[in-house]
This record gives sequence, structure tokens and C-alpha cells, in this order.
Amino acid sequence: MAGIEVTALHKRYPDGTVAVDHVDLSIGDGELFVMLGPSGCGKTTTLRAIAGLERQTTGDIHIGETLVNDLPPAERDIAMVFQFYALYPHLKTRDNLAFPLRAEGLPKPEVHERVNEAARLMRLGPLLDRRPRQLSGGEQQRVALARALVRRPRAFLMDEPLTNLDAELRADMRTEIKHLQGELGATMVYVTHDQVEAMSLGHRIAILNKGRVEQIGTPLEVYDRPASLFCAAFIGSPPMNLIEVEVADGKLRSAGGLGLTPPPGLPRDRRLVAGIRPEALEVTAPGAEGSIPARVVSAEWLGDEIIYVVDHDGQRDVRVRMPPTIRFAADAKVGLRHTGGAPAVYDVSTEELVA
Amino acid sequence: MAVSVDEAVSTGPARGHAPPARRFGGRGRSVLEVVLLTVLAVVMLFPVLWMIETSIKENRDVYAIPAEFFGFKVTMDHFKDVFVAPGGGRSALSVSFLNSAVVAGVSTVLATVLGVPAAWAYSRFSVKAKKDQLFFILSTRFMPPVVIVIPIFLMYRQAGLIDSKLGLILIYAAFNVPFTIWMMKGFVDEVPAEYEDAAMLDGYTRLQAFWKFTLPLLVPGIAATAVFALIFSWNEFVFAIFLTSSDDVRTAPPAIAGLIGGTTTDWGLVAAASVVFALPVLVFAYLVRKHLIAGVTLGAVRR
Ligand SMILES: Nc1ncnc2c1ncn2[C@@H]1O[C@H](COP(=O)(O)OP(=O)(O)OP(=O)(O)O)[C@@H](O)[C@H]1O
Ligand SMILES: [Mg+2]
Repeated sequence: MAGIEVTALHKRYPDGTVAVDHVDLSIGDGELFVMLGPSGCGKTTTLRAIAGLERQTTGDIHIGETLVNDLPPAERDIAMVFQFYALYPHLKTRDNLAFPLRAEGLPKPEVHERVNEAARLMRLGPLLDRRPRQLSGGEQQRVALARALVRRPRAFLMDEPLTNLDAELRADMRTEIKHLQGELGATMVYVTHDQVEAMSLGHRIAILNKGRVEQIGTPLEVYDRPASLFCAAFIGSPPMNLIEVEVADGKLRSAGGLGLTPPPGLPRDRRLVAGIRPEALEVTAPGAEGSIPARVVSAEWLGDEIIYVVDHDGQRDVRVRMPPTIRFAADAKVGLRHTGGAPAVYDVSTEELVA
Repeated sequence: MAVSVDEAVSTGPARGHAPPARRFGGRGRSVLEVVLLTVLAVVMLFPVLWMIETSIKENRDVYAIPAEFFGFKVTMDHFKDVFVAPGGGRSALSVSFLNSAVVAGVSTVLATVLGVPAAWAYSRFSVKAKKDQLFFILSTRFMPPVVIVIPIFLMYRQAGLIDSKLGLILIYAAFNVPFTIWMMKGFVDEVPAEYEDAAMLDGYTRLQAFWKFTLPLLVPGIAATAVFALIFSWNEFVFAIFLTSSDDVRTAPPAIAGLIGGTTTDWGLVAAASVVFALPVLVFAYLVRKHLIAGVTLGAVRR
């Protein structure tokens, strides 16, 4: 296994599309690194550049100590799991697994042994003699993973390997991948646009937007202190409420009069926006202490929680996460107050975290 | 081969084209449709029917007035004459059939060997001015052969290719390569590039990846394309009659045409030779029938 170093990666396709503008990544040996971002932000392109399937326009890629810019994919010793079409359609599971090993020219007994081992790890025993189209989506993905595993490559690249599975299967596979990754101590770059997947899998997460890295951090860091307005609006479901605020007499207030705990080091004379997680707000009875008057617009019952959408003076559609036991009817007059610690505050003009 | 061509049909250009007339429905309309189609079928099929009848009639029945549709005496003599010379041994016609098979076969293989990798390259790689190149390649097919046959004739005379099978093979291959590229590009486009990507990560070079993964998946498409090329070369008349003259080089179309004229024409022989000539085309056309329909309605190629 080896770490991966991506420096100033830039990729412009021949038709002029800049898929990756500027990306720096430093992925540790044995790390499960997740790249998260909306569709079209350049995740796949970055991954393909690391694999050698796409030549970057500028920038360097190191795998371990080796500069791999000019190495063809075959010499980079990397395994990749694709979103679709992960398996050779005309080969049985067994041969799909054996394929990369035969390509390496390993002796037959060893091929056999490794295939059986990977099949055992991914519990593929009964599927070994089927072709891909005789397998369910989940089974196909398991075979694809096993196929990546048999090689014992220096790193694994996964391009949204679970997107075409149903929710339950996805959760199972997630656990499985995380477990395997830990077991093997594998370096893994995992691309997804599903934030739940990113949060639950990643040691660290890189959030990409329009070919640039917006933030790199642990899931907790990324959730607690999104580095930019983009991240704030992207992470969480529902995401942070972005509320315009101003500082007056050492206090932080929203336009609608909601009092917030000011974080230290707030800049002066700037237009600021606070990012407040729905769970850092509370819907109360009208007139409760510290609350401002508000009105319930709608409520979304999710079973284990309720998301209230409330309006208050000067601010529409604020989302509040409440336990399911506390109920207000739509259109009810209520109070709204902030309960969490100091919120993340962003500069409107730079869109970056300032405090 | 029949099976593989049918597989090709499921992924091929014909997919997703419902018969357009169905959409409008209406009983009167469908009656009219049937009547028109019947008339058309009779008009189209009558010459074929007449050809077949003539080929099995004795010569005096051929000239009978009024013409006899039924009840004539059936003979296979004309078919024998197609293959066997009057004094015994092989007839000139049978040699020309053999020539046709060789020329059509070799030129098709050549066009396939050249066209398939080119199609793959156009599909997979970013090539400068790809669209213009593809259009240029296609444009070589715009001109009817008869327009360029004189220059080709002069070039061939210089190159010593006149009246040689090699000459015909080359010109047919040149005509079929653009067709093969266009047709095959559609098929290659439908094979996900990921298979090759995966193979390359597994340690293969790009060419090996193409050879081992993409090519096997293209076989049905190649078969269909090759059949089209084969039919073109088999049927081709203009180049054949201008560029060849001797009996041992001539292909069947000019040879059959050569039977007509002179003082008397042995229509029975002409008809029998035509039947023999048409059979392979019918068989092949049957194999690629769905592609043929797409070819008529859309142009055989997409994009
Ligand atoms: N071969 C190509 N030629 C031209 N543009 C391309 C090519 N491949 C991708 N792009 C463009 O580059 C941008 C980034 O594409 P990429 O596939 O890396 O996105 P992604 O982050 O993986 O998105 P998704 O989540 O939808 O898979 C997109 O705007 C896309 O249209
Ligand atoms: Mg992608």
C-alpha cells in the first residue's frame, strides 16, 4: 500500500471543458479518503487521472514515492471499481476475478488460491460460475470489489460503487467496505455524491466544487465547521440555515432579531452570514424566554424527528430539527431560539468561513 | 453466424423504431395500407417471379405468346448450363461466379480489417477535427461510381491494375472502408469504454484491451457490417464492367449482362444465372434484414 499525492491537478478536456481546475490532495497510506461533491464537479476526472486513464493537463501525481504522470495505468498498480459496467460481461465470476491475476502472469495454483480467498472474503462462493447478467446489482458490486481485492494493489479507487444499489444494500456494502479497508490497511480513494456515505465511511472527506477543493477534513470537522458557504449549503440534510447577521455591542443578531452566541474573532464592517444547523435551533411556545416570534409554515414528520419550516420577521424558511414529541400545527404562532454554541460565520463577499 | 447477427440486431441501429404507420390507426386507413402494399408488392415481385419462371422454362415456352404462367414443362437445363460448358468442363459463367466470390470476400475482409480499428479509434480517442474527418470519410461515398470510373480507369492503367482481380478488390475495399467505419463506430460507441479502462488497470495495454475485450463484444456488429460490404461488392457492376474484360477475371454482374445481346439471347440462361446470382444476396439480406430496414429509413448509419 502507498499514499497518494496530487499536486495542482488541472484537467482540460479537448473540447475546452475544464473538469478539474485546481486540486491538491494528500492521501495517507492506509487512509480511506472520500471525495464528495455534486454531479459534474470533477470527481471522476480526478480519479481517472490518478488511475492513469486520463492524462492531466498540468499537475503532478505521486503514488508512494513514484511520480506516475507518465506511467500507463497498467504500471501504476492500482485497482479501480467503476460505477457501472464493473465486470466483463462475457466472463463468469470466477474468471472475472482471475482476470487481473492472469494478466500479471501469476501461476495457476496461486491464481486459484487468491480467487478463492477473495470469494470467501466477499462471500461469493455460490456465484462463482455465473456471468454478470445472472447476478443482482448488489452481487455484481460484491464481485467488482472482490475483483479489486484479488490484485493486492497499492491503492483502491472507487467511483461511486454503490450508487445503483437500493438503500438497504448500500448500507450493508458500506459496512463491508469499511471493514475490509480496515482489515487490509488499504489506501482507498472513494468518490461519492452521497453525503451519508461520505460521513460514515471517510477518515477524511474532501468536498469538491467546480473542479476545486472547498474543504478537506474529518467528517466531524466538515459537519461542524463547513469551510465555505458552498460546503455549508451542501452538507447536512437539511443543510445549515444561512442567516444574515450583524454584530452590535458585542452581540450577534440576525436581521430578524434572533440572538446568537458570537464566535471569537469576528471581523468588522463586513456583511456576514451565520450558518446554523437545524438542530441548533428550537421551536418553543410563543413568548418563551430568549425566543423571537415566529410562525410555522410547514412540518415534515420523519418518524424519529420533525423538521419544522418557520418564518420570522425578515427571514423565511428557517429549518428546525425537533424531537417527534414536540408538535406544533402548521400556521401556529411559535417562538424560535438558538440553543447551540457559537455558529459558523461566513463573509458574504468571499463566501469563506471567517469565524 | 445467423445467431450472432440477430444479437447484433438487438444492439444495432434498428433498435427502437416502431413501424410509423401504426400510430395513426383507423380501419379505413389500414385497408388502404394493405391495398397499396399489395399493389407495390406485386409490382416489385413480378420481375423476380418472372425471372424464376423463365429460368425453369424450356426455351420455346419462354417465347410463347400469350405468355404462360402455369402449366409449362419444368426443366433444370438452364441451371446446368450456368455451371457446365456446352462441351463439358466449367462454363465461363461459373468462373465469373467464383471471381465474384473471391473479389467480394477478399475486399470485405480488407475493409473490415482496416475499418474496425479505425472505427474504434474514432469512437474512443479525441481526434483533431473528428467530425470533419468523419464527414470527409463519408463524403467519399457521395459520388456515384460512374462519376469517378474514368479517372480510376486511367490510374489503374498506369498502375497495371486493369483487368485484374486485385484491382477490383482494392476499389471495392476503398468503397467499403468508409461504410465500415461509420457503421462500426455506432457499434463501438455502444460498448462501454469502461471495459477497456478496467482491462488497462489490470495490466493490459490499450491495444490488448481492445483486442481482448471490446473486439469480442463487437463480433455481431462486425458480422452485420461485413454482410453489407459483401452485398455491395457482390452486386457492384459499374467498376466491374469498366475495369475488367477477360473471362477469367470478370465477376458475375458484367458476365451476366454480357449474355444479353448478339443475334440471339438465351433468356433461360440469363434468368438461371440471375437466380443463382441473387441467391446469396437474398440469404445475406435475410441475415441483416433489420439493419436493412434501418438503412432504408434512416441511412444505415447514425450520428
Ligand atoms: N471526456 C470528456 N470530454 C469533455 N468533457 C468531459 C469529459 N468527461 C467529463 N467531462 C466534463 O467534465 C466535468 C467533470 O466531469 P466528471 O465526470 O469528473 O464529474 P463527476 O464529479 O464525476 O460527476 P458525477 O457525480 O455526475 O459522476 C463535467 O462538466 C463533464 O461534463
Ligand atoms: Mg463521476
